[in-house]
Order: sequence, then structure tokens, then C-alpha cells
Amino acid sequence: MTALPAANSGKKLGLVIDLDTCVGCHACAVNCKQWNSGGHMAPLTDTAPYGADAAGVWFNRIHSFEAGEGAAGRTVHFPRSCLHCETPACVTVCPTGASYKRAEDGIVLVNEATCIGCKLCSWACPYGAREFDDDSGTMKKCTLCIDRIYNTNLAEVDRVPACVSTCPANARHFGDLGDPNSAVSRLVRERGGYDLMPELDYKPVNKYLPPRSRPALPPAKPLAPAAIDTASALLRWVDRALSR
Amino acid sequence: MAFDFLAGPPEAVDTSPHISDEVKTTTCYMCACRCGIKVHLKDGQIRYIEGNRAHPVNKGVLCAKGSAGIMQHFSPARLSKPLKRVGPRGSGEFQEIEWPEAFAIATQWLSEIRARDPRRLAFFTGRDQSQALTGFWASQFGTPNFAAHGGFCSVNMAAGGIYTIGGSFWEFGEPDWEHARYLLMFGVAEDHDSNPIKTGLSKLKARGAKFVSVNPVRTGYSAVADEWLAIRPGTDGLLVLALVHELLKADRVDLDYLVRYTNAPWLVIAAPGAADDGLFARDGSGEPLCWDKATGRLASALVANVQPALAGEFQLADGRKAVPAFQLMAARYLDPAYAPDRVAEATGVAADAIRRIAAELAHVAFETPVVLDVAWVDWAGRRHDQMIGRPVSVHAMRGISAHSNGFHTCRALHLLQMLLGAIDVPGSFRYKPPFPRPIPPAPKPAGHAHQVEAGKPMAGPPLGFVTGPEDLLVEADGTPRRIDKAFSWEAPIAAHGLMHMVIANAHAGDPYPIDTLFMYMANMGWNSAMNVAGTLAMLTDRDPATGEYKIPHIIYSDAFFSETVPYADLVLPDTTYLERWDCISLLDRPISNADGPGDAIRQPVVAPDRDVRPFQDVLIELGHRLGLPAFSNADGTAKFPAGYADYLVGHERTPGVGSLAGWRGKDGTLYGKGAANPDQLQRYVANGCFWKHELAPEQRYFKHANRSYLDWAVGMGFIPDAKPIVLQLYSEVMQKFRLAADGHGPVQPPDDRRQHIRTYFDPLPFWYAPFEESRIDQARYPLHAITQRPMAMYHSWGSQNAWLRQIHGHNRLYVNAKLGAKLGLADDDWAEVTSHHGRIKVQVKLMEGVNADTVWTWNAVAKRSGAWNLDPEAAEARKGFLLNHLISELLPADAAGDRLLNADPVTGQAAWYDLRVRLEKVAPGDATSEPALPTLALVPGVAERPAMLRYGASFRRRREAGR
Amino acid sequence: MHPAASVIIFTTLTGAGYGLLVWLGLFAAFGLLPAEFGFGLLALALALGLVSAGLLASTAHLGHPERAWRALSQWRTSWLSREGVMALAAYVPAGLFAIGWVFLGRNDGIWAMFGLVASVASAATVYCTGMIYASLKPVQRWCNAWVVPGYLLLALMTGALLLNILLHLFALQGGSAIGVAILAVAAGWAAKRGYWRFIDTTSAASTPASATGLGRIGAVRLLDAPHTEENYLLKEMGFQLARKHAAKLRRIAELAGFAMPFALSLGVLWANSLGAGGAGLALAVLAALSAALGVAVERWLFFGEAKHTVMLYYGAGRA
Ligand SMILES: Nc1nc2c(c(=O)[nH]1)N[C@H]1C(S)=C(S)[C@@H](COP(=O)(O)OP(=O)(O)OC[C@H]3O[C@@H](n4cnc5c(=O)[nH]c(N)nc54)[C@H](O)[C@@H]3O)O[C@H]1N2
Ligand SMILES: Nc1nc2c(c(=O)[nH]1)N[C@H]1C(S)=C(S)[C@@H](COP(=O)(O)OP(=O)(O)OC[C@H]3O[C@@H](n4cnc5c(=O)[nH]c(N)nc54)[C@H](O)[C@@H]3O)O[C@H]1N2
Ligand code: SF4
Ligand code: SF4
Ligand code: SF4
Ligand code: SF4
Ligand code: SF4
Ligand SMILES: [Mo]
Repeated sequence: MTALPAANSGKKLGLVIDLDTCVGCHACAVNCKQWNSGGHMAPLTDTAPYGADAAGVWFNRIHSFEAGEGAAGRTVHFPRSCLHCETPACVTVCPTGASYKRAEDGIVLVNEATCIGCKLCSWACPYGAREFDDDSGTMKKCTLCIDRIYNTNLAEVDRVPACVSTCPANARHFGDLGDPNSAVSRLVRERGGYDLMPELDYKPVNKYLPPRSRPALPPAKPLAPAAIDTASALLRWVDRALSR
Repeated sequence: MAFDFLAGPPEAVDTSPHISDEVKTTTCYMCACRCGIKVHLKDGQIRYIEGNRAHPVNKGVLCAKGSAGIMQHFSPARLSKPLKRVGPRGSGEFQEIEWPEAFAIATQWLSEIRARDPRRLAFFTGRDQSQALTGFWASQFGTPNFAAHGGFCSVNMAAGGIYTIGGSFWEFGEPDWEHARYLLMFGVAEDHDSNPIKTGLSKLKARGAKFVSVNPVRTGYSAVADEWLAIRPGTDGLLVLALVHELLKADRVDLDYLVRYTNAPWLVIAAPGAADDGLFARDGSGEPLCWDKATGRLASALVANVQPALAGEFQLADGRKAVPAFQLMAARYLDPAYAPDRVAEATGVAADAIRRIAAELAHVAFETPVVLDVAWVDWAGRRHDQMIGRPVSVHAMRGISAHSNGFHTCRALHLLQMLLGAIDVPGSFRYKPPFPRPIPPAPKPAGHAHQVEAGKPMAGPPLGFVTGPEDLLVEADGTPRRIDKAFSWEAPIAAHGLMHMVIANAHAGDPYPIDTLFMYMANMGWNSAMNVAGTLAMLTDRDPATGEYKIPHIIYSDAFFSETVPYADLVLPDTTYLERWDCISLLDRPISNADGPGDAIRQPVVAPDRDVRPFQDVLIELGHRLGLPAFSNADGTAKFPAGYADYLVGHERTPGVGSLAGWRGKDGTLYGKGAANPDQLQRYVANGCFWKHELAPEQRYFKHANRSYLDWAVGMGFIPDAKPIVLQLYSEVMQKFRLAADGHGPVQPPDDRRQHIRTYFDPLPFWYAPFEESRIDQARYPLHAITQRPMAMYHSWGSQNAWLRQIHGHNRLYVNAKLGAKLGLADDDWAEVTSHHGRIKVQVKLMEGVNADTVWTWNAVAKRSGAWNLDPEAAEARKGFLLNHLISELLPADAAGDRLLNADPVTGQAAWYDLRVRLEKVAPGDATSEPALPTLALVPGVAERPAMLRYGASFRRRREAGR
Repeated sequence: MHPAASVIIFTTLTGAGYGLLVWLGLFAAFGLLPAEFGFGLLALALALGLVSAGLLASTAHLGHPERAWRALSQWRTSWLSREGVMALAAYVPAGLFAIGWVFLGRNDGIWAMFGLVASVASAATVYCTGMIYASLKPVQRWCNAWVVPGYLLLALMTGALLLNILLHLFALQGGSAIGVAILAVAAGWAAKRGYWRFIDTTSAASTPASATGLGRIGAVRLLDAPHTEENYLLKEMGFQLARKHAAKLRRIAELAGFAMPFALSLGVLWANSLGAGGAGLALAVLAALSAALGVAVERWLFFGEAKHTVMLYYGAGRA
């Protein structure tokens, strides 16, 4: 049903991505691909996988940007996946009801059994989070690992999205952003987590934590400024009593 | 309302699908980081590979490569049968043969060699972790001509560390991720500790520690650094010694640490011209001397509680003068030549930044010590209530090592650490057991004339650590005894051999011709070669007199259709990493961390569906067929009939010490040393395929001088005795070579090498310009050209991976935006890159975050057309490029016509990053990179490459059918 | 945005068909058209034929055309669904209108009412089509006030030009039709120029800075895209039209789509005044053909010039 759920649980499951520690390793992207290749939306088809123009369905892609110049310049690695928006037009534009937002946790999904592959939702998503599978003729996307996060066949600790559990730099956090007391909500508050393209008013659930400003070390005492010659410098050490 | 029914029922999401029928643990081998993995099997197929949370290396995380293991395993480039070459080398014309025939051919070639002259076999291995087996096999065979890839990889780091602090960076040591407050990282893009570094950095940053990355390029780790120093390649030594200068000048050094743990107070003989000038003054029993200020006398520098002088001039018993090593060191680096203002221009790092960083280092080290309330007892039996550390960590890798001045730069880094008192203390660099080891450690390289005998094993390992000129493997006239010239005057401390010189030397018959080149897991026909086209020409060159190939036989084991396969005469197809037993041994490159040793295995998770065999099994079988004593019983039967699995459990290197340290002893109750345990592999499997020992808290720091640790390490067989390991800021080994150059001792360099040896065997670290730039016209080649490891690719073998190759399908040359503007270059323009050796055509990308005089690209993304069973038009071949075409194994001749190795003069480490180039914009032409070597023909036995990949569809079909 | 042939054909054909329907209904209601069998048959067959062909063409764009019927379900939120519903709904009054006209020879009274309803439904369908684009916030060049009027006016314009041909063919009095056509061309032209001026002088609120949130550091530039080769997003949204080509295509669209039909329609008026029916017909046909070409080019441009915010993640400086 493409109308957004009127009464929702208040639960807003999503990701918080820390651009301050993301090293751009693509682990989350590939692990996502791997998990989901056999998961809820399987397969994540690859066309011409060994050919000249290989292309495939990915739910998560890692960009690299440079921002600013000179000493203020930075390189920032930037993972991009579905933000599970609160008011996502990708859902409301869908003519078939295949696209939907779950009332119970806010996860945005596609029902592949009814998707006609009109691609309109991918036009409606500002973030490029929808992935058309040419082979199946259906739209696919990040499921927030719905087949992991509630999976009773998995140990409790493993009930997080694949991208989160694999990130070597601990740059991805998962939780309920609807709960102001959740760890992710606290992180967003403490670190100034922000929305992508807030001007479009899709109200993304996923948040990004900005690169931190560089820690200023306590003004270290300047080292001896005086120019001293080698001989007198050495003299300082002659009388030092040290014990082995 | 009316039409709603058309939408169909809402989707019923199965939120708890059944994931796997079986989970098997093993060790990842998508790279050499050795993470623990759990392989989920469903419907008899691999469903998912995840990190093993219990594993000490990765603690559950997995990198991009590791996550793509399924695609490696199903690569259409997998070889499927032994191949015998029937066409000319390089033609790809092979005949598929059965294993017995493959064994027969290899046995015939090798047994003839062994009976005649074992040195005519050169056995060189690449990316593997079985050097404990392969090296042992080589010495059983009797040839000194063995090495793994370390010589072109990072032997500068290994040797620089082992000869200085008895341990090293690389993956043999690590920053104290829990306590460091300052991390200074030099030239690291990825390293072998791929996941631990990422995890560690995030911990460090979460604590608010400062992370400084010294790197010409700002990507990856440098991107998340708090400060990035865009150094000019090859000048780190200068930068580090300028920091040393600042610290010394301000007397901000840890004198206590230097006196206790380093050879700073050892007296160095000052007798210019004498045969022992510059060596340590020693007492009658050979112990180094210091000047004890408490007694005002000479004393052994190794005893406790002396009060050694660090400065001054002292008289030895024989009346000659001696000065503490510290004074020599301090005098050298106090020289204004090392002042920040003097090095700023050369390094590209502002003098202010150097001064500030020196001040920060001093501040963090001395004003904010880390104090652990852990009592410990030092080597002399003195109890300390706390462990007090200088929380400055340093880490470095190939940005330092891949230069011809890398050995000394690495030593300079260790010197800086010593001055800060920041080696194996809380917050600093930490050794991973089995390190630290004595400096240098025990085994010396075998291969002297008396050690090599037809039909006999060699008395010792082919690789080891020389302690002076007498240990060199040279003939009386200085001619190298090894085919790669390791441990000769060209590369005296070549602890890892010189893999990059094997093909060139074998082709030239210099120092002697060989018969068979036996290679394993090294893509020497492509990305691990310098001078690729030249290397291929050498592999295919024939002796005009006989019409035979100059390198008569080439045996190669690969698992995939790499660029090197077509050049072999006999191809031994290996399994994938999920199909075999492997061992990550303490005898080789273990999975230890600083808190304790560990080792691991791989177990076959799935059975091969092709006629392939694990190379280790093949090697063991070959050893038996050749009658190598260690692989056969007295009655001639095979000693390890079940191959590697048998060997791992049954082979003992020395009594009680085998490949695996865990669960030793008949009942598996011992570790480290103990009798072989027939159930050992099962115990490993039951434990997740690894063994890890946690050191007691009091053993975890000061390992070089920690009684409890040292005693324990003796028990493990890591070190011969529990003597403290004294860090060598002044290297006597270096000085011995210098003395030889000066005409002392029985083994001396040839005359035309004397000056060279004298210069580069400085007992104190020093900086010199990398060789290439001093041999070319810098105005013609104004730019530095370097590569970086892409985090999502492993050398050449990632490109056959359907998922990873989408991330790095081709590479571009990254150029500083300002430089690009000057050259009229815009993104995606084509440019020609020229070095003294060659030219390539590439596509460029402009960026801010790169040193102004440096261009760079991702390493080994380019593929030769046709290789790896990719479409010959694949982006890797069309647009990818290697810098290797521009790099030569020899430098341009100097005025005297001498062509130096493009390598470090001490270790022989290949100097990949010394490359200097010029860049010019060119017309796109057909928009393909150059050179484009001819397309390789498909080798027999590789699978059809699918046009569409729907991996995982079957899991869903069956899952949904089951509902 | 990638200009997909199926979508261009769809909007061009249905636009003309619905435009014609609008005029037929209106003209009939005002008693301006005799309920002549031949004319009715041809005119309504043409209108419904164009609409049907267009709708069919649109399904070629679908991954699962056999499920197209499901698209009728979400009319409450989805303009695409509404378009589908309206398109189907419009068949009912249009069909009744046709029955009256063709089989009963009547286009007045209740039958005229059906015609009027068909007119309104047709216009509403075109409105929905326009709204599909106009509601897509990620494409600023679509999501603006010029788009819906543009769709409507171009439909009316092409419809009027078709009507003009038909009237000439059957030698029916066509003064008002040609006047309407001339007015529609002029209005469509103005709307399109307004649209172009709008897209040339405004740009999206979204920028690389807002897309990444990194504007706080400084100017944001793409260093590396996630994958080196093209993917679905780039093929679908990454279409790039060189400024030079765009200008040329705009000139063609303007000339063929508006200037020529305008001039030719004036020619029709002139021929009519001379009583030169044959010449009038020929000019009317030329005007409609030219307009069809022009509108197809315009539609192509409508996609080709549209920029999607996702490209901000792939190096685009603006959306
Ligand atoms: N320009 C430039 N060149 C460089 C470097 C650089 O930084 N810049 N780095 C250098 C360094 S440090 C290194 S270590 C080398 C690495 O270069 P190589 O040692 O050549 O490493 P790979 O490309 O990984 O090739 C290893 C070979 O092993 C094969 N292989 C993979 N898995 C298996 C297996 O399970 N069994 C067997 N038998 N074979 C297998 C692969 O198919 C491949 O042919 O490159 C060097 N070359
Ligand atoms: N993902 C992945 N991981 C790998 C590998 C791989 O292929 N892929 N290969 C493995 C192998 S064999 C090795 S040897 C290790 C190597 O691991 P790294 O040491 O990380 O190797 P490189 O990528 O060569 O990185 C060298 C870094 O040094 C920088 N650099 C170059 N010249 C200089 C210099 O003069 N000074 C300074 N300060 N920096 C410089 C480069 O910009 C680059 O960032 O990685 C291992 N891990
Ligand atoms: S796994 Fe973590 S560090 Fe790596 S790209 Fe993803 S978010 Fe960044
Ligand atoms: S990110 Fe895109 S696909 Fe995901 S909910 Fe938001 S609009 Fe929809
Ligand atoms: S592609 Fe599928 S999910 Fe997307 S809008 Fe069309 S029908 Fe809905
Ligand atoms: S939440 Fe799951 S599906 Fe979404 S990006 Fe992460 S791994 Fe992929
Ligand atoms: S770092 Fe990645 S590829 Fe290497 S062993 Fe670990 S998981 Fe495997
Ligand atoms: Mo390496």
C-alpha cells in the first residue's frame, strides 16, 4: 500500500553512518551484496559479470568526495544506501502498492510479486537508493536486512544489518531513531548527526555524523627554541646520573 | 476502495528465514590478513561468509574482499586440470594431463637437477603463508635458491626492525590501540593487518587520540587522520631525523629508557683505521662495555644497576678511546642539517609543522604517560609496581619500505621510538610474539659451498640473518652464490631474498644458469614484475645456439588463469582457499597480536569439483617422489601419505616444535612445545580453526626486558635464552660491513663496491636521496609516481571476482589539481607517462589531496587482455594500466657504466616507489591505455564465463517453495 | 534523465489523442460539428487509436507489462496510478460518445454530455501525466509550475492540429478549429519558452553540499564513484546532454513544434480564405506532422535536459 502508514508504531529503524571514521573500504557494500544475494530480495543480479561493462544490483555504494581546499580540505568516504525516509515519495508514487513503508518499524520495502518495474520509484528517490534488476524486471533496494534484524535463527548479537556487523571501522550503527534514548539517537545528538538533502523534506531516518574537527592538542610547550651548538648540547648529558 | 484489491495481498515478509544447514569455520584468504570466517552452507552451496566474532584477528568483521569470497571460489578463471605446454611459451597452447603425468614430469626434471647440482633449481613463492613448508622443502631439496615475495614486498621493514629492535612493523607489531594517545603513521594504505588497523583507528579516534598520517596521498586511512602531512615520496627519513633533531635539541628524550633498554650507553671504539673501529668495546667474555659513573670504571653494559654514561669520552683498558653510542647518535642529529628549516623544502612538510609535531610528541610522551597498575618484574629481577608508558605509537609500511633508502628510514623510525621511550610500553608500538627476538636472530642463511651438495639436503635454511660479511653467500671473488644474489655484496642483508631479480638473473645466467624455475602463487608475468615486457621477453627468450629456452623449465602452481600461467611449461592447478588445509604458523606469519601468540589453519569447507590438488599436498608428494629425507620413511614409503594435513600434525621442526602450537602433546594439553598430537587438527576445527594464547597482564609490555615474558618465550622456543633484548640504535652489524669495505677482515667487497658499501652501511640511520632520482635528470622526470593498495582488491587476483571488479574495473592516474591545471589536464583526459625506462598512456583524475609533485594510481587493477577469463575487452585491459611498465629492475648506468639494482643497497628490497616520471597530455586516440600487450589465449579447462550472474536466486526459490 | 523511446512515444501519442478528444467533445457540445458518420468514425478512431497505441507503448517500458493492471490500485497517492485510472475511465464517456456519434448519428443532448465528460477526462488524464513529472522533487526541471500547463497545452495543440486536418478532409467548416489551433500553438510555444527560461535561470535547491552534508567543510567534489563502470542509476538518471546539442535540439523543437505549425496554420487560414481546400488540407497535414516531430523532440529534451539529484553523488555540480 503506497499510502504512508497513518498510524505507525513510532519506531524508526535506521542506520547512523559515521563519516569521521569511514575509511571507504567497501566492506559494508560487499557484505550487503553477499548477504542479500541469497536473502529477501535475492538475487542481486550482475550483468556481464566478467565482461566489458559489468554492472550489478547493489544496495549500498561507497563514494569518495573531497571537500574544501588547502589545510581545511578533507577526503571523505561516503556510503550511500536507502535512508528509510519518513515521508518517502518513492513509496507514494508507486502505482501498484509494491512499494511500501512498514507501519511497525518504518522499513521501506518492495513487494517484488506485484512490482511492474515502472521505475518511477527510482525517479522519486533523491538518493539513488533504488536498484532496478533488469533480469527480474523488478525494483530492489536495501531491506535494512529485515531478514537478519528479527531473525530468531541468529544469535542476538548478529541481529543487525550485515553492513553494520561487518564494518571494520565501526562507522555504521543500527537502531531505533524514533526512540530518543536509543544509542543511535544519542550518537546523533552528541555528534550533530544530520539529514541528507533536508530541503526535499523526505525526512530521512538514516543520519550521517560529520567528520569531526581535528582535536586540538593542549598547546604543547614549545621545544627549546634556543639555537645551541652540538658540543654544549652534549654537555647536558655528561652529568646525567641514570641507572640501568 | 474499489481498486485496492488489484494491489494483491500485502507482502508476507519472512523475517526469520533459515540461513544455513551447516556452518564451518576456517581462515579467510582473500588476502594475507588471516581473518577468521564462518562459512554458511545451505542446500550444499555456500550461502554466506561472515567474520568469526571469536577470532582474535578480525573479531567478527570482514573486509570487502573477504565478503566476496563466494565469487572467488566460483571464479570462471579457476584452473581445473594439470597442464603441459605444447605450443611456444606464452601461446597458451596446453594439453590437459593427468596428475601422475604431471608428477612424472616434475620428478624427472627435479631429480636430475638434484643429482647434479641442486642450485639449478630456483624455487620462489609468492603470496602464500606456507613458507615454513616451502622453505623447508627447498633446504631438503638442497638448493639455497629459495625465497618468498618478501624481497620485493617489505624486507626493508622486516630487516630494519629486526636488526634494530628485534621485531618489526609489517604485521609483526602493532600500535597499542587501547592506550595510544598519538599515532604517527607513515606510508600505509592497507597493510596486512587490514581489519585490525581499521578497527584500531576507530578505537583510537573514539578516544580522542590524535592520528597523524604521513603520506603523499590523502585517501583511506589518511582521509580519517586528524592531520595529514603530504610528504614528498622518499623523504620520510629526513622528516623523522628532523623530529629527532628537535627532541635532542630540547633534551626531550627518555634517557632512562635509552639506558635501560637500548645500546645507547654502549661504548663504541674510536680508533680510525683500526679493524675494530666503530665496533663496541667488549670485555673478555665478549660483553659490551659501558662507563659506569657510579664506580668511575668500565663495566659490562649488560648488567643491572650500573650507572652508564651517555656522553663523554672514555679510555679503554688498552688505552684507546671510546664514546657511548648515544653521543655519536646525538652529535649526528644535532647537526643543523637536520633542522626543520633545512628539511622543509625537500620533504614538502612545513618547518612549523615539523616543530609542532615534535613538541606534540614530546608532550604526549612525557606529560601524559599511560600508567597501568600492573606490577611486573624486569629481566634483572627488579619488581616494578606499575607499567608506565609513553603513549606515542608509530606504524609504517611500504611507503617507507618500497624506496631504496627504506632500510635506513625504517631504522630512523625505530630510533625516534627509542628516544621517546615508546617501544613495547603502554600506548606505544607493541611486539607480537614470537617477537621480540635477539638482534639479529639466530638462523643464518645456508648456501655456502660446503653446505650445498648434490643429492643431499642443505644444512640449514635458505633464508636467515647475516651477522657480518663472513655470513655472506659469496664466492672468494665476491661472486654471489644465490641466483637472486641475495646475501651478496649487492644485497647483503637480503633476509627475504630477491624474488624480483630471479627471472632476470636466470635469463642472463648470472651468476650461473639454472635449469628449472619453480614458482608458486606469484604473478611474475604481470603485476609483481618490474619491467613487464622485459620479463616476458626473458621468459620466452631462447639460446640461439641450441634453440632452447634460456630458462629451460618453468613449473608454476596457480589456482587461476593469471597472466603468468601461459608462460609455464607445467602448470599445477591449486584449489581455492575453501577447498584445502592450510596453516598460518608461528614459524611463518602467524595471527598473533600483542597480547599473545596465535596460529590458525584452513580446513576444506567444500570439496573441489575439478581435478585440482592443494599445492602443499603436491609439494609433499613431490618431496617423497624425489626421495627428500623428511618426506619419506626409511622404508621408502611416504611419510605423510595424507599430505599436508598429516604434515601439519606430524612434522617436527625441532623436537616438540611443529607447524602448529596449539593442543600439542599426546592428549593436547600442551601448547608451544610438545609431542605431536594426532587429534590436533580436530582440536583446531573445534575451536574455530585457530589457537590463541593470552599473555598474563604482567607479560604484555616491556617484552624485550620482562622476566616473565622472556622466560615464557624461552619455553615456547621463540628465543634461545631469557637474556634481555637490547635495542640497537647503533648497529654494529652495519659497521662490520663498513670495516670490510675499508679493507678489514677475510671477506671484503670487490674494489668497485667498496665505496658503495662504506656509504650505505652506516651504523646510524641516515637519509640519502632515493637512487633513481639521483641517476636521472630530475628536470626531465620531475614527478614521483607511486601506487596504493585498493582496500577492495587484492593484487591481481581480485579482478576475476564478479563483485570486486565492479568496484575497481579500471584505474586512473591521480594528479594534483594544480599540477593538472598547469599541464592543461582535466578529469578523464588521456596522458602519457614517461620514465627513464618506458612510457604508458593513461587516463587521469585530478584531486586536491595529493602531494604537488606526486602522481599515483591503484595497484594491480589492470589486467592483460584475455587473462583471468575476462572478456578481452574488459575495462581492466582497455583502460587499466600498470606502473610496472615504467619501473626497471636496474637503474640507468652511471658515468662508469655501473647499473645498480633498483633496490635498497642494504636489503635488496625492490624500490617500487622511487619511480620518477614526466606527464604530458595526449589525444585520447582510441581511448585505451597503452601498452596493450597481445591478448592471451584462453588456457584449457577454464569454465565458460556466464553472461548473467544470479547467485543466490536458488536459495530464495527453495526458501519460498518451502513456505 | 534517460530519454526512453517508449515514454516519448507514449506521451506524444496520448497527448495528441487526448487533445483531439478534448476538442471533439467541446466542438460537439457547442454544436460546431455535424454528427457525420465518416467524420465521427475517423476522428474518434484516430483519437482513441492514438491514445491506445500510446498506452500500449508505455507498457514496453515496464519490467512486468503483464502486471500493468496492478497500476490501477494506488490512485490515492500515485499520479501514475491516477493516470492509468483516468486513462481507462476516459474510455467510458469516449466510448459512449463514439457510440452515439458513429452508430446513432447523434452528438447532441446526452451524447454531447458524454463528449464533454470525455473532454474533461482526457484533459484530466493529460494533467495526471504532467503531474507524474511535476511531483518528482528530485528533478527540479520537472517539479515546477511550467510542466503541467506544458503537457496540457501541447496536447491541445496537437489535438487541434489533428482536428483541423479532419475537418479539411471532410470539407467541414473549419474556421473555429484553425483559430483554436493557432491559439493553441501560440500558447504551447509560450509555455515551452517559459519552461526553458525557467530551467535556464533557476536551479535546484539541492547541491553536492546538501546531498552530502559536507558543504560545511568547503566546496564538494567527487573523487571516486563507487564503481568504475556504469550502473542502473547512471544509465537511468545520468543521461548527459551537451549544452551545444541541447541548444540545437531546442531550435529544432521550436521550429518544427511551434514556428512551422504556426506559419502553416496561418497558411491554412489563408488557403481557406481563398477557398483552396486542397491546399488547406495539405498545409494542415504538414502542420500536424511538423508539430508531431517538434513535440517528440521536445519530449526527448524534456528528459534529456532533466537532472536528477542522485547525480549530485556522481560528480554533478548541480541538479
Ligand atoms: N607497481 C607496483 N608493483 C608491485 C607492488 C606495488 O606496490 N606497486 N607491490 C609489490 C608487492 S609488495 C607484492 S607482495 C607483489 C604481489 O604480487 P604477486 O605476488 O604476484 O601477487 P598476486 O597478484 O596476488 O598474485 C599471486 C598469484 O597467486 C595466484 N593465486 C591466488 N590464490 C591462489 C591459491 O590459492 N593457490 C595458488 N597456487 N595460487 C593462487 C593468483 O592467481 C596470482 O597469479 O606485487 C608487487 N608489485
Ligand atoms: N586490500 C589489499 N590489502 C593488501 C594488499 C592488497 O593488494 N590489497 N596487499 C598486501 C601486501 S602484499 C602488502 S606488501 C601490504 C602493503 O600495505 P601498504 O604498506 O599499505 O602498501 P601500499 O598500498 O603500497 O601503501 C603504501 C602507502 O605509502 C604511501 N607512500 C608511497 N611513497 C611514500 C613515501 O615515500 N612516504 C610515505 N610516508 N608514504 C608513501 C602510498 O601513498 C600508500 O598510501 O598490503 C597487503 N594488504
Ligand atoms: S565498511 Fe565501514 S569503513 Fe568501510 S566503507 Fe563501509 S562504512 Fe566505511
Ligand atoms: S532513500 Fe529513497 S528509496 Fe529509501 S526511503 Fe528514501 S526515498 Fe525511498
Ligand atoms: S518499479 Fe515497482 S516498486 Fe517501483 S514504482 Fe514501479 S511498481 Fe512500484
Ligand atoms: S541494511 Fe542490509 S540491505 Fe541495507 S545496506 Fe545494510 S546490509 Fe544492505
Ligand atoms: S582482511 Fe579481508 S580479505 Fe584479508 S583475511 Fe581479513 S577478511 Fe579476508
Ligand atoms: Mo607485498
